[in-house]
Amino acid sequence: MNTVDVTSASKWWQVLGLRRARLSLAREYAIVITFVALFATLSLTSAPFLSKTNLLNVLDQSCAFGIIAAGETVVFISGGFDLSVGAVFGLAGVVAAMLEPHLGPAAALAVGLLTGLGAGITNGFLVTIGRINSFMATIGSGFVLGGFALVLTKGYLITVTSPSYAILGRNRLFSVSYGTWSWLVFSVLLTVLLKATVFGRYVFAAGGNELAARLSGLRVNLIRTAAFGISGLAAAFGGIILSSRVQTGQADSGTGIELTIIAAVVIGGTSIFGGEGAIWRTVLGVLLLTLIGNGFNLLNVNPIYQQIIQGLIILFAVGLDAWSRMTS
Amino acid sequence: MTDFLVARGITKNFGGVQALRDVTVTLTRGAIHGLVGENGAGKSTLGKIIAGFFPPDGGAIVIDGQEVRFRSTRDALLQGRITIVGQERAVIPQLSVLENVFLGREEGAAGMLRSGSLSARYTELITRTGFSLPADARVGGLRVSEQLQVEILRALVRDARLIIMDEVTAALTADEASRLFDVVRSLKEEGRAVLYITHFLEEVIALSDVITVLRDGSLVRTGPASAETPRSLVASMVGRTIELSFPQKHVPPTEAPILLSVRGLHQKNVNDVSFDVRAGEIVGLAGLIGSGRSEVASAVFGVDRRLAGTVTVEGREVEIRRPRDAINAGIALLPESRKEQGLLMRQSITQNVSLVHLREFAAATFVRPKQERAAVERIIATVDVRAPGVNTTVEDLSGGNQQKVLFAKWLFRPPRVLIADEPTRGVDVGAKHAIYELIARLAEEGMGVLLISSELEEVLGLAHRILVMRLGRIVAEFDGETATDDLVMRAAFAADQYDARHDGDAPVGAASIS
Repeated sequence: MNTVDVTSASKWWQVLGLRRARLSLAREYAIVITFVALFATLSLTSAPFLSKTNLLNVLDQSCAFGIIAAGETVVFISGGFDLSVGAVFGLAGVVAAMLEPHLGPAAALAVGLLTGLGAGITNGFLVTIGRINSFMATIGSGFVLGGFALVLTKGYLITVTSPSYAILGRNRLFSVSYGTWSWLVFSVLLTVLLKATVFGRYVFAAGGNELAARLSGLRVNLIRTAAFGISGLAAAFGGIILSSRVQTGQADSGTGIELTIIAAVVIGGTSIFGGEGAIWRTVLGVLLLTLIGNGFNLLNVNPIYQQIIQGLIILFAVGLDAWSRMTS
Repeated sequence: MTDFLVARGITKNFGGVQALRDVTVTLTRGAIHGLVGENGAGKSTLGKIIAGFFPPDGGAIVIDGQEVRFRSTRDALLQGRITIVGQERAVIPQLSVLENVFLGREEGAAGMLRSGSLSARYTELITRTGFSLPADARVGGLRVSEQLQVEILRALVRDARLIIMDEVTAALTADEASRLFDVVRSLKEEGRAVLYITHFLEEVIALSDVITVLRDGSLVRTGPASAETPRSLVASMVGRTIELSFPQKHVPPTEAPILLSVRGLHQKNVNDVSFDVRAGEIVGLAGLIGSGRSEVASAVFGVDRRLAGTVTVEGREVEIRRPRDAINAGIALLPESRKEQGLLMRQSITQNVSLVHLREFAAATFVRPKQERAAVERIIATVDVRAPGVNTTVEDLSGGNQQKVLFAKWLFRPPRVLIADEPTRGVDVGAKHAIYELIARLAEEGMGVLLISSELEEVLGLAHRILVMRLGRIVAEFDGETATDDLVMRAAFAADQYDARHDGDAPVGAASIS
């Protein structure tokens, strides 16, 4: 009997002494470590960083993105992608700004919010009943919704004169902006929804293994549609906060933000494959991206390098997710 | 005829399961070598090792007296001029027939294709084989039998000296199959070697020069095809070498109520299937892979919308449009593939087990973790899952324990009817035994069980009654006490019909032999 060479190819991470278990641990806490490290570095190197004004400013800058990214996280966990959030963001602001003279600020903002919910549910139907891949479905619906906002405004800025329209975006409670409070409350609510309710468990199951969820009696289509509804609602929430702050409605105000949103979710450690993730991760992911910008400002580093750093962090986060899934 | 390739003493393990042990097969130029055996006997594994899909754990491939080692199928093709036409079609649907046939063998200069010379060669090929495939047809639009022809043409273009055909006629009509046989014979006349793997015994006897029988990964015998009959082949395929012990059978009384009654079920691969399952009864559903067993399960459970038929549970006809309807009616399905269909692999035991009945642990939509945990721990103990704790990720468990988690998920609120599709696939012998005990216990407690399995001794050892499927129909029914592996396999292979009739494709009637 001869010797047959059974080459069990050593993968590079095994050569480096990394195992799958350690990789998934790294993936688990990479965002925490990175965030703490950046926070500590900025605290030590820049005196104004730790000032109350700067920190509150960082939160206020992040809040609209934070809310949208929290909604996006729910879609990710359910096994989908929502690229229409930028369009919904703009459309909700436009709807609210245009209705304000007729309905008053509170009702106008509420209708803006509902517009987002409707858009999200429509996305859900496209993806589930329509069986269109969520990536392409939401690119398509994003174009339609963005175009719809343009038609409504005919390309002009819609200015709102009523000062009470700006309360949501500009006022503060205990020196913390309403937007930041909204982010906090929304994040806590979604965390409870995902972690403590039957629906939340179903979202994880649908994203973790769609077929197994269906064979366990779950209405996977309804669950995924609801997840898209939440994302649409969140995108509109971000949109009306911004619209209120600048007292305008602008159709293309959200153009391109979906990529930043998705980056924040992924950097936080929520899986692009579905079934895994958490809202707190996305909160840290959003803050990390804001801190990088903030740090570049405070340390007088040329901001042209900012994009490169953000891109590398994204690649690293997605890489960790993929590597932790390979079986050794 | 001269020896071309010898696969000598081939051994192969897949995660503790011995797929092949010390198998030696000699292939000859200008001869068709048939390879038969039960499901899981190791036929395809042997074919794939020779074709370079994976290396053997022991033994050697010798071509013309020289030992070779293939690291890939490409290697086998270039070094050994060996190619395989497998169970799944390996064509590129978007490309044309011509592009597929000459894939990897395109002629040209400086990377530019010259289609003229290819067309000429294609015409010559077509004339030689008698196939009538338009060169510019998109392969994705062709029928399966035509796609097969594309693969055979490709093997000719590559000038393969050995062509391995693994279960290629399963998707063909009788007419298409007979044309394929002509081509296989012409390959032989050109001096090529053919290794022909199949479930169809009459076919393999008519076509082959030599037939090898495998059982449980071991060689039973190799002999001239002229000396074999379907009966003689079945007799040597069955009869396991491993003895498994089964729990005592408790046959329910004949007046036990009928829990599940299926009438006139029609679906893709399922043709007019009707059967009953009584309380306390284990009904085994046997048959070859592809005979429609799993499709029966998914049609009853509402996984795919069924075309026709009624399902009655405990005397009440139920409309099942989705799995939840089946669950509410008291049916549970243990699916065939736990990774693809059964478990959330990267989530905890708790999250998996409580999923089906999550609402019962919840108050006003909030899951109550303490109650959930207590219930999961209780149910996990009854099926004996060995794990550090209920928060362990399912991915980190052994196959046997994963399978027990799958059982546990349905037992929190025991169903009236359990459909278990391949309940012991990929688990070790110890776990197998535990699962047999569990199924027997559940039936004894009054559950009706439909047991689907490719492992014949499992069906024989557990079932009180055995239904045999072939080509989407139930073709035979046996009493669990008197059935033998020989009887069941003969029904599954339709060996008796073959012996009796001469035409190719007469419908297979319900031959009740109980």
